[in-house]
Amino acid sequence: MQEEVIIAGFGGQGIMFMGTVLAHAAMQENKSVTFFPSYGAEMRGGTANCMIIMSDEDIGSPVVARPDGIIALNQPSADKFTRRIKEKGLLIVNSSLVTGESGRDDIKKVEVQATKIAEGLGDKRVANMVALGSYIKEVKILKLETLCKSLETLLGEKKKNLVDINIKALKDGYKL
Amino acid sequence: MKKILFKTEALKDTVMSYCPGCGHGVIHRLVAETIDELGIREKTIGIAPVGCAVFAYDYWNFDVTEAAHGRPPAVATGIKRVLPDRVVFTYQGDGDLIAIGTAETIHAANRGENITVIFVNNCVYGMTGGQMAPTTLIGQKTTTTPFGRDEKIAGYPIRVCELLSSLGGVTYLERVAVTDAKNIIKAKRAIKKAFQVQLDKKGFSLVEVLSSCPTDWGLNPQEAIEYIEKNMIPYFPLGVVKDKS
Amino acid sequence: MAKRVLMKGNIAIGEGAIKANCKAYFGYPITPQNDLTAHMSKRMVELDRVFIQSESEIAAINMVFGAALTGARAMTSSSSPGISLKQEGISYMAGCELPGVILNVQRGGPGLGNISGAQGDYFQATRGGGHGDYRTLVLAPDSVQEMYDLVQEAFDLADKYRNPVVILIDGVLGQMMEPVDLEHDVKKYKLPPKDWILDGCKTREPRSIQSLYMKEGALEEHNWKLHEKYKKMKQDIKCETQHVDDAEIVLVAFGISARVCKSAMQLARKEGIKVGLIRPITLFPFPEEEILKATEHVKKFLVVEMNLGQMVEDVKLIINSKADVHFYGRPGGGLSSQEEIVNEISRIL
Ligand SMILES: Cc1ncc(C[n+]2csc(CCOP(=O)(O)OP(=O)(O)O)c2C)c(N)n1
Repeated sequence: MQEEVIIAGFGGQGIMFMGTVLAHAAMQENKSVTFFPSYGAEMRGGTANCMIIMSDEDIGSPVVARPDGIIALNQPSADKFTRRIKEKGLLIVNSSLVTGESGRDDIKKVEVQATKIAEGLGDKRVANMVALGSYIKEVKILKLETLCKSLETLLGEKKKNLVDINIKALKDGYKL
Repeated sequence: MKKILFKTEALKDTVMSYCPGCGHGVIHRLVAETIDELGIREKTIGIAPVGCAVFAYDYWNFDVTEAAHGRPPAVATGIKRVLPDRVVFTYQGDGDLIAIGTAETIHAANRGENITVIFVNNCVYGMTGGQMAPTTLIGQKTTTTPFGRDEKIAGYPIRVCELLSSLGGVTYLERVAVTDAKNIIKAKRAIKKAFQVQLDKKGFSLVEVLSSCPTDWGLNPQEAIEYIEKNMIPYFPLGVVKDKS
Repeated sequence: MAKRVLMKGNIAIGEGAIKANCKAYFGYPITPQNDLTAHMSKRMVELDRVFIQSESEIAAINMVFGAALTGARAMTSSSSPGISLKQEGISYMAGCELPGVILNVQRGGPGLGNISGAQGDYFQATRGGGHGDYRTLVLAPDSVQEMYDLVQEAFDLADKYRNPVVILIDGVLGQMMEPVDLEHDVKKYKLPPKDWILDGCKTREPRSIQSLYMKEGALEEHNWKLHEKYKKMKQDIKCETQHVDDAEIVLVAFGISARVCKSAMQLARKEGIKVGLIRPITLFPFPEEEILKATEHVKKFLVVEMNLGQMVEDVKLIINSKADVHFYGRPGGGLSSQEEIVNEISRIL
């Protein structure tokens, strides 16, 4: 069992944090996991992405060419990565910002009003967790509970005040 | 009878390889005497440069390391940061210090590294056979300025003490010359002061010593001394350039 | 199971160095290793150890030179262009027989190149890199755990041989995160006393550190001595092998390329192609024995690198026509996919 996902969006949408939460939770469930971020000049122009592989076996290359799933938080990311998804793969889009057609009928597309739901919770920055919640529900590779714990660990003492709203967002995404 | 002449313990009992009339021998001795008088021989680490003083570890009777051309201030930084209670000094020529090693010099000074630099300015690259140095005087002939240094081609001689004086980390800068007994005594006093600044943990100290190179200047030792007095000192004035100790 | 933490490759190197009692770190910013310099600026200061952001890579390696000659464990890190600048200092360290650890998080070259992961500095690392007849020990981990472990061994190996040790990774390994067990057992080496350091001649005769040997024959003698030392390093060769015994073709790759090869091997074996892997972990000294042994029953080798053919020359030299040696590589930060490699395997077989 191996699951490969690319998470992409604008810089500032918390892309790296989403990936880190997912990777951390996978580690907590004793899976092999790799996280590979875009970095440096690649990040200029305001888009960011990270690639996560979760597996029950040792992982070879951390670079994901043909993902099982994509989480696209903005239009440019959806445009760039959708065509790479494996057949029968999964596309999760933040439909508050992504409106175009995917152009593929061989994948499952899930539309989440992530930004809108986050705004409803009082902070649009947690749109990333809404999207992550719905990804976890679709993929079922990790327990929601583990992700909540990882969130707490990663936010740490300094950002303790943000734990509740992030967990709420994650759960709302999961419930959809 | 009172004994007035002592062997300098910080110098080994060997013959130095310097040319007749070269200033390096005198300056080595001044450094060694200073180290003895301050009683720091056993906790001193010296850094020999690439230049005529490259063999300094054969002459000094304390721990000495080599460093690549121009890099002594960086090596000194590495040593001093891990052994802050040792005395660390570099001994560098003008090519080493302000041509190839300009960045290392300026930044060690600016960080206020608590080290001492003995800077031997002889207006020429001695070891490689008398090429132009950053301190070569306008009009001075060297093997690479056969018509005399022309500022339109080669720029101007650099006054190192003045250049460094604006840097915050620099505590003590003085320019001296080893021309006659009086100046040599002054040079010794400046070198001792520079080491004292380090012992007092007050930051970066540098003594620029105007020194002769009869061989590469094509002069005899006496003429070389006169050359320093007539040509170098007017451009590189002697005295304290900075002292915030 | 031991407690694992999620860690970036670059950071794992820093934490491993700290665990190995690295007393001084000197660095100069360059992507893709900046997070290590930033991490050390905090951690080393917290631990009351030495951190300096130097004025250049040249200064940084010379600061390592200075710290190392006092007996302190010291390191510097950079990426390809900065490593070029350090070569002068590395050559002096080799000549003066000073230990120290140098991390190269390789990026694409030549020149300014790009900041993608690449493996174009294999020649530079394994041939000495600077001027003169010398070698550095070169370690090439392929996972974040191994980075954490090997940097600790690197300090031991540097002290054991009184020689600079280069850790060769690339932008991908430096930037990726994986779980790391911080209590993982690491090989410990028997280390000679540091009876050569300069720390003031209080209890002994003065010493000197030098690479200058002007007396007739002295340098030749010194170089022979270094040569003997480099030969001795063979006792610490490291190499990983997978499925070589039943293989019809063996991949040879290091670092991130080996990770891709592991994926390719899994993929190929699913399709019934018997692929094995030899992964040199020490690039100098090179695991000659392992490769030679494989030639007894394997007649096809495919070397995979992120350059246009560097390690392949070493493999060819060892195999010396006893088997076919093929090469697949991409330069300039291009990372092959496992599918590309499987296609290449099919083409060869
Ligand atoms: C990288 C490098 N470039 C050039 C040289 C050759 N070289 C040796 S000494 C020297 C100049 C020495 O002049 P200076 O520093 O003024 O000292 P002096 O010999 O006059 O005492 C040069 C260019 C070298 N050893 N290394």
